[in-house]
Amino acid sequence: MLQVSIYRYNPETDQQPWMQDFQFDTEGKDLMVLDVLEQIKAQDSSVTYRRSCREGVCGSDGLNINGKNGLACITPLSETVKNNKLVIRPLPGLPVIRDLVVDMSLFYAQYEKIQPYLQNNTPAPAIERLQTPEDRAKLDGLYECILCACCSTSCPSFWWNPDRFIGPAGLLQAYRFLADSRDTATDDRLSRLDDPFSVFRCHGIQNCVNVCPKGLNPTRAIGHIRTMLLTRAT
Amino acid sequence: MVTAVTSFGRSGTSDWLVQRVSGVILLAYFLFIGWVVLTGVDYASWKALFAQTWVKVFSLMALLSLAAHAWIGLWAVVTDYLTERLMGTTGNVLRISAQLVIALVLFVYVVWGVQILWGY
Ligand code: SF4
Ligand code: SF4
Ligand code: FES
Repeated sequence: MLQVSIYRYNPETDQQPWMQDFQFDTEGKDLMVLDVLEQIKAQDSSVTYRRSCREGVCGSDGLNINGKNGLACITPLSETVKNNKLVIRPLPGLPVIRDLVVDMSLFYAQYEKIQPYLQNNTPAPAIERLQTPEDRAKLDGLYECILCACCSTSCPSFWWNPDRFIGPAGLLQAYRFLADSRDTATDDRLSRLDDPFSVFRCHGIQNCVNVCPKGLNPTRAIGHIRTMLLTRAT
Repeated sequence: MVTAVTSFGRSGTSDWLVQRVSGVILLAYFLFIGWVVLTGVDYASWKALFAQTWVKVFSLMALLSLAAHAWIGLWAVVTDYLTERLMGTTGNVLRISAQLVIALVLFVYVVWGVQILWGY
């Protein structure tokens, strides 16, 4: 039997968060963590979490699984369970709404700050804005982010300053638009990132790289932004 | 854009660069002093060393680098941990007090250091 321990907190009835233990029979199968949650919810419908696509595409089930952030739907038990224990908590650093559901407002506010849409002040062409295959290739490793928040909520700098440090997810997207040959707002974008918090609170701890379920590298993107800022300023 | 009037250069890019450059200067200075000490000094040779203008200039450079480096580093620490977000208004009081103490100590070190370098 797998020992499953789940973080519970209902602000209407609980004074404090608590851990609820379940005994779970995997029947020898290597299930995904989300499958375990689904079956537990079938027994106790009060267990609350987010999920949608159940295949690593929507980014809604980012959770802290045995101490490491990841998507429950694509984390197999064999990858995370040690000593027959599975401890599931909400993503760290964000306010808990209920059980495993966190309030992502701070995370989205940082994403909004980087203006995550293409800006181009030249007249729109008749059909579309073209890009060479080489320029398009610069967006690989950036556009794939699904905004699951696993990275930002594993970053100590984001824990301390979630209102002032953009965080790895937002910065990866900031670079996605800085690197886009069709975007003409590069200078304005950089001006908005020049302060001591937005980018420079990153101390290269690399927790973000370590947890990203899509295998992306926010630290490298942050390094590119820093280089662009330095080049512009010196 | 986040505003911060107490940061060293008011710009993250500038602080970052100053932090790197001052780090290199400090490393060079401590390697130099370490080498001098390891190769053996007595009062006379130490005094002769510091009688040379370039050593004074290098020492002052290291002293100013130390002040800048310490300010930027400690500023990052206090704005991480002594904040309104973490401890309410107490955080603001503690942070501003800590910044005042740090600024005062660094200022005293710089003036005192100049006095030592050029006063003997
Ligand atoms: S960079 Fe990775 S971990 Fe971060 S939000 Fe995007 S997909 Fe999630
Ligand atoms: S590398 Fe930077 S963004 Fe990534 S976890 Fe570390 S401090 Fe945060
Ligand atoms: S449920 Fe969509 S990413 Fe896991």
